[in-house]
Amino acid sequence: MTTPVEQERTQVDPAVDESAAEVGAEDRPWMTIVWNDPVNLMSYVTYVFQKLFGYSREKATKLMLDVHHKGRAVVSSGSKEKVEGDVARLHAAGLWATMQRES
Amino acid sequence: MEGWKRHGAQIVGVLDRQEAALVRGMVGQIKDMLDARVAEQPEDELAALTGIRAGHSSPPEDPILARLLPDFHRVDLDEHGELPASAAADMDAAAAMRSLHEPELLDRKTGVAAVVLRTCPPDGGVARLSEEEAEAWLTAINDVRLALGTALQISEDTPDVLPDDDPRGPHFGVYQWLTWVQESLVQAVIGGDEFAS
Repeated sequence: MTTPVEQERTQVDPAVDESAAEVGAEDRPWMTIVWNDPVNLMSYVTYVFQKLFGYSREKATKLMLDVHHKGRAVVSSGSKEKVEGDVARLHAAGLWATMQRES
Repeated sequence: MEGWKRHGAQIVGVLDRQEAALVRGMVGQIKDMLDARVAEQPEDELAALTGIRAGHSSPPEDPILARLLPDFHRVDLDEHGELPASAAADMDAAAAMRSLHEPELLDRKTGVAAVVLRTCPPDGGVARLSEEEAEAWLTAINDVRLALGTALQISEDTPDVLPDDDPRGPHFGVYQWLTWVQESLVQAVIGGDEFAS
């Protein structure tokens, strides 16, 4: 696999390229957010977090409680591709998940 | 049904005739809705050549299907009730993500429904599930509950017992029974592996 676009970018001189300021935004990692909903069971949500992300029961339970009490929780983060895959797996499990860039 | 029990590597439950018919009927209805969505997928000549499928780019209009097939991005109105500046880009991204991922999501959801229809005895009786089949049941039963929860407009404030004259009564009973079936199944699945730690 190759990434020719990335190679070109490294040759851009930030001092003369006005779009360089946006590179910072492009580099910000993505987050997977799970939103509270009134149907999903607390036990099931904890189970899904453990199963999909390999989290300990303790960590999965804490995230589940964050979703329940705060309305949302960030359950994973990383590259766009990783987060996209995480959201897809959460959707398959029936959880309400979305992705967004860290601010 | 008296709940799910783990017997070694198997998860076992006994459903009477009516319970089996209910599970099969509800899961079958969800599968039919998902299959209809699959059948409406846009025709794509390129997909036939490349094998890369392109699904719908817009969310389903039906609120039940929309809950089962959520967007990848969330667009909230601002404090003035208007779309934020980033909304257009988010909606474009959500459309692209849906088109890319919805075909596989539909595959997975119809797949777990098919596992239930295969392993739930049509006339009632014993269902013996492997770990993988039990996980499929968890997801499929959850999908039915999401669908019913949407149709019945279940919220955090919905009481455990509805007033006698509430028209949702009969379906709410089904919803609550499925909630119990799923909870019991989660406990049986957790009970026998590393998730118990």
